[in-house]
Amino acid sequence: MSYIYIVPIELEDHSYLEKLEGFISQTFHRRTIRKVLKIHAKDAFDPNRRQYNSSLILRQLITHPPLNAEKILGVMDVDLFIPILSFVFGEAQLKGIGAVVSTHRLQNRFYGLPENREVATERLFKEAVHELGHTFGLIHCSQPQCVMNSSTYVENIDLKPAAFCPLCQRSIKAEKSSPGNRGFFFPWWGKKT
Amino acid sequence: MKPEEIGIMIVDDESSVRESLAQWFRIDGYRVDMAPDGASALQKLQENPWDIILLDIKMPGMNGIELQNRIKQIDKNIVTIVITAYATVDTAIQALKEGAFDYITKPIDPDDLSRLIKNAVEQRKLVTENIQLRQHIEELLLPDEVVGESPAIKKVMEMVNTVAKTDATVMILGESGTGKELIARAIHSRSARRYCPIITLNCGAYPEGLLESELFGHEKGAFTGAMYRRKGKLEMADKGTLFLDEIGNISGKMQMDLLRVIETRKFTRLGGDKTIDVDFRVISATNKDLEKAIKDESFREDLYYRLNVFSIVLPPLRERRTDIPLIAKYFLNKYAQSMNKNVADFSPQALKMFMGYDWPGNIRELRNVVERAMVVAMGNQLQVDDLSFPFPAPSPSMPSGGESLDDVEKSQIEKILNQTKGNIAQAADILKISRLTLYNKIEKYHLKR
Repeated sequence: MSYIYIVPIELEDHSYLEKLEGFISQTFHRRTIRKVLKIHAKDAFDPNRRQYNSSLILRQLITHPPLNAEKILGVMDVDLFIPILSFVFGEAQLKGIGAVVSTHRLQNRFYGLPENREVATERLFKEAVHELGHTFGLIHCSQPQCVMNSSTYVENIDLKPAAFCPLCQRSIKAEKSSPGNRGFFFPWWGKKT
Repeated sequence: MKPEEIGIMIVDDESSVRESLAQWFRIDGYRVDMAPDGASALQKLQENPWDIILLDIKMPGMNGIELQNRIKQIDKNIVTIVITAYATVDTAIQALKEGAFDYITKPIDPDDLSRLIKNAVEQRKLVTENIQLRQHIEELLLPDEVVGESPAIKKVMEMVNTVAKTDATVMILGESGTGKELIARAIHSRSARRYCPIITLNCGAYPEGLLESELFGHEKGAFTGAMYRRKGKLEMADKGTLFLDEIGNISGKMQMDLLRVIETRKFTRLGGDKTIDVDFRVISATNKDLEKAIKDESFREDLYYRLNVFSIVLPPLRERRTDIPLIAKYFLNKYAQSMNKNVADFSPQALKMFMGYDWPGNIRELRNVVERAMVVAMGNQLQVDDLSFPFPAPSPSMPSGGESLDDVEKSQIEKILNQTKGNIAQAADILKISRLTLYNKIEKYHLKR
């Protein structure tokens, strides 16, 4: 039996992880399991940028995956980046096993707005489904009402649902991936307001 | 164009930059490849087509500027975007001046990159569409409607092909109905201006005041009835060709105004004070004897030489009789299609009649006769009975033993004047010449009206 692993990485607040597990399980029709793995986030820290390189985090996640892991989703609350971009919300492998998301830029406080836990949680759910969607082979969808639609800033995340359009849904069902498949890395990004 | 139809290449010596950009573009469905340096990029360019290339300014060996120049030599329509660190913004600006679409300063905001690539894709689509439209225009411009295989018309077409490659002014001379406008269009369609319009102005069709307005346009309120600003033919012909038909009919004032525009390429609309620059080629046409008009001081010599850098004389149909069957067949096919009639050919007798007739109205008259005949034709061949000529049945009118061309012409004019009982307007209409020309010929041959 294989699982989608939810892996908190130096996460301060775990309170929404149980709901996240349930949501992912329901969306992908798979069992989920929460587990802490040995990930050294400091190795990915760039002191010049004061951000964490998401590609290095992702590499650690997938290097020695649990044998029964179909997918692994790392969850962090630090600011992520890839070299060419100023930041990313997350990163994933296309048709691979691993993905990582951060709550850092999903929180209203990052934009100087009053905190709204419900909104932040919903954004995280969408982010997580979006990144895991890439691991199932989905690229960005042109449908605005699909969770795989590309969003470059957080307001766009709010406008789209947490569900797949019928076409992406069918693709998810048809796609099969094997554990340990490195695939391509796919960054998920957003816009600083 | 769908994303998968767009090819994006990333050229950067830093693998982390190459990889992260490649991932970013693959996620949107583009076809992506990477190259660590200029030489590899050029190699890949030879192997596959690419639409957008992102290239780092600073690379060992060939730098980004040099690579961009080499890329543009291979395909000037490839969209290039330079990647630069803050310290090399000046070089990025240089790259822009040399044709880069835009530049990225590392690290870039994701939203900015997304927008940039969308614009680059749009740019590529527009360029591709432009190329396709130009190809389509080329197809529409050909084949020619100048029908004929006679030495006379072949010589005309050689001259058309020669002068079309230049921007020289052309004067087309010939009797009415010989196809002067067709030749003007043939020149335009072979010229570098063919993607821009050819605007025709029939100078004989307007009284002087209106002709001025037609040519130069007018501002609102320039004269009674000028309710709106209106562009003239000159402005409409900008970057294209202005065809002035019946140029011999314009007044002295118009000749002066026209000369000024041709020399300065500037004009103002009627009632306006703003000088407008214009770039056009002039082709003019006339069936008048302008050299005689110059002697009579009814046409300006300086304008004549401005308009007549290159002249093409169209032969009348009677001087290219071997083309008559070809042209007649061309019109037959055209009207058979438009009238949806199953008429395929002429009877031998009808064709013989065509060949024996002088066609004073030239190709225009031939077209009219064929069109009229097609209306009444019943079978799949045009018969003699279907033909209707404006004069008595054509008889061989080739000069016989001692008759000169003038004799033949004189005889024909006398016949028509008798037929119309001296009505000049009617006679001129039948003979397909202007009234002035008819008066001149009456005087020349000492005929009685």
